[in-house]
Amino acid sequence: MNPKPYGLIAEFDSPAAVLHAAEKVRDAGFRRWDVFSPFPVHGLDKVMGFKNSLVGWFALVFGASAFIGSMLMIWFMNDYDYPILVGGKPTFSPPQALVPSYILLVLASAVGAFVGMVALNRFPRLHHPLFKNNRFAMVSRDKFFLVIETSDPKFSETETRGLLESTGSTHVELALE
Amino acid sequence: MTDSTTQLESLVPPKELRRGPLVPPQRSLGWLTDHLTAMPEGKTPRWWWILFIPAAFCAAVVLPTMLIYLISTGVGVWGNKQPVAWGWDIINFVWWVGVAHAGTLISAMLFLTRQHWRTAIGRAAEAMTVFAVMCAGLYPAIHIGRVWFAWYLFPLPLTTGMWPQFRSPLMWDVFAVNTYLMVSSLFWYMGLIPDLALLRDRAQTRVRKFLYGLFALGWTGSARQWHNYEKAYLVLSGLATLLVFTVSSIVGMDFATSQLAGWHETIFPFYFVAGAVFCGFGMVLVLLIPLRKWCHLEDIITLRHIDRICKMTLMMSCIMAYIYGIEYFVAWYSGNPYDAWVFGHRLFGHYYWFGGWIMILVNGLLPQLFWIKKVRQNLVLIFVIAVLINIGMWFERFTIIVGSLYQDFLPANWHPFYPTWVDVCTFIGTLGVFFTMYLLFVRFLPMIAVSEVKAITPHADPQHPLGGAKGGRS
Repeated sequence: MNPKPYGLIAEFDSPAAVLHAAEKVRDAGFRRWDVFSPFPVHGLDKVMGFKNSLVGWFALVFGASAFIGSMLMIWFMNDYDYPILVGGKPTFSPPQALVPSYILLVLASAVGAFVGMVALNRFPRLHHPLFKNNRFAMVSRDKFFLVIETSDPKFSETETRGLLESTGSTHVELALE
Repeated sequence: MTDSTTQLESLVPPKELRRGPLVPPQRSLGWLTDHLTAMPEGKTPRWWWILFIPAAFCAAVVLPTMLIYLISTGVGVWGNKQPVAWGWDIINFVWWVGVAHAGTLISAMLFLTRQHWRTAIGRAAEAMTVFAVMCAGLYPAIHIGRVWFAWYLFPLPLTTGMWPQFRSPLMWDVFAVNTYLMVSSLFWYMGLIPDLALLRDRAQTRVRKFLYGLFALGWTGSARQWHNYEKAYLVLSGLATLLVFTVSSIVGMDFATSQLAGWHETIFPFYFVAGAVFCGFGMVLVLLIPLRKWCHLEDIITLRHIDRICKMTLMMSCIMAYIYGIEYFVAWYSGNPYDAWVFGHRLFGHYYWFGGWIMILVNGLLPQLFWIKKVRQNLVLIFVIAVLINIGMWFERFTIIVGSLYQDFLPANWHPFYPTWVDVCTFIGTLGVFFTMYLLFVRFLPMIAVSEVKAITPHADPQHPLGGAKGGRS
């Protein structure tokens, strides 16, 4: 069985070139496409119309629940389940529980940010169709790629190839699944 | 290329307003990639083996031997006795935590303040943080005596029905140090992901491809991935910055909440944070000055980087000098005879008078040499000062801990402290662990954040002529 095509992959030499190409591809109305680069290219977020990443919310939810959970835990342990009297002070007071709760907030938010990044990027992923493409290995070095997937409703091999070539790509080829 | 470069020349601001480039502009992205991956991909150099073998011996033989001896015999093998129950173990704990701090400050705080020069040294400093916290975390665990009960420190349901006492700063410390280790490891690992993908893409053998690929998690460098990644990196650096201020201040509170003269001071949390960052900058310089030469990174970690670290060290030294001054002032001004006794004995005592002098001369005065530009450019001299700073900060902790404990309120209790050979060998063992891990890191992972360094070159800016823009801004 012949491998199915994954998409058209266009190579660029500079961040500006791939940025302009992305603008054209967006204007042509494509939806299943992405840009690959060795570092984040400034302005690409705007061109591709990304909303604010949800990672921050992951961190907030994780952190807030850890803070509340830790306050409750300390209240339960030192006041409710086994009250410990130290120097006649109240068995539970928020300032006393604040420091460990704050530390756990930091820990949980950090884990949340990491988990959010991993989940939103669909990691861990051991394989990607583009890894089979020899030219694509240069993406982490100094090349920039724009990939339009075959699953895009507007995809047609000849027309899309023409569009990508007109954007000034140095090399366009079909990547296989 | 020549066209765009000449255009660039005509568009830049006048010479006196220009900032020097962070990375030499004639270096292409490909050159940077090849150069920065040379160490993890090339042959193991001889200097690496010369350093690695003794370090690994200390880590794999000396430290385990000392730990087995300590645990099977008891804490009495150390010099800890009454009244000095906190000896080298706690001194080394505080020292290692301190070494860790500069890494987080460089990688997180300078990221938030958009100091782009940090990209060249951030990764190396973060690795220092992770390994130093590991060494630090070992000490409280073995210091408790009955190590097999260490899990009492964690809030786990026990058959006794007892819980940890959350009012104690010692308890906070357990949380602070563990959190610090986990957050700094996460931060370090997250920064590594794009570079692990780079090493995966360049791997020549299947084993390397598999291992780097496994830890790269399937990174492709797509715009969507970068989008989430940058956000996560920002959030993590914000959180790590919080830890710069909390971890050592909680360590400081361990001391400040006691009643002991010399410890019972409100300045302690800030004192310990400042000292930690100061000591950490010393360690960054100790690590980077030789490594930049041996790994041929003079173009990436330039003299300007070293100059800036020296300036930050100088600033921290001034803060330390101020704190030392305030401590003596308060000891005199409070009229507390115990305080006056302890502080007088720091400089003119029976046993440990040298500690106070080392503190003031090495930490407060010696780095003042960094006011002179010639000194900030003399790498040998900087290296010597940086090593002395680490020693000086070790003696500061010695003076604070032992110097305050050995003469407490009852003269009948007074007893000097002498370390034993087990104390010394345990410390050498942790130094071995630190350097072993650091050398493995330098050998197998990119010690410069390749994708970050590439992102700050003019080639990376789509608005810049070198980034491909036609007649773009400069």
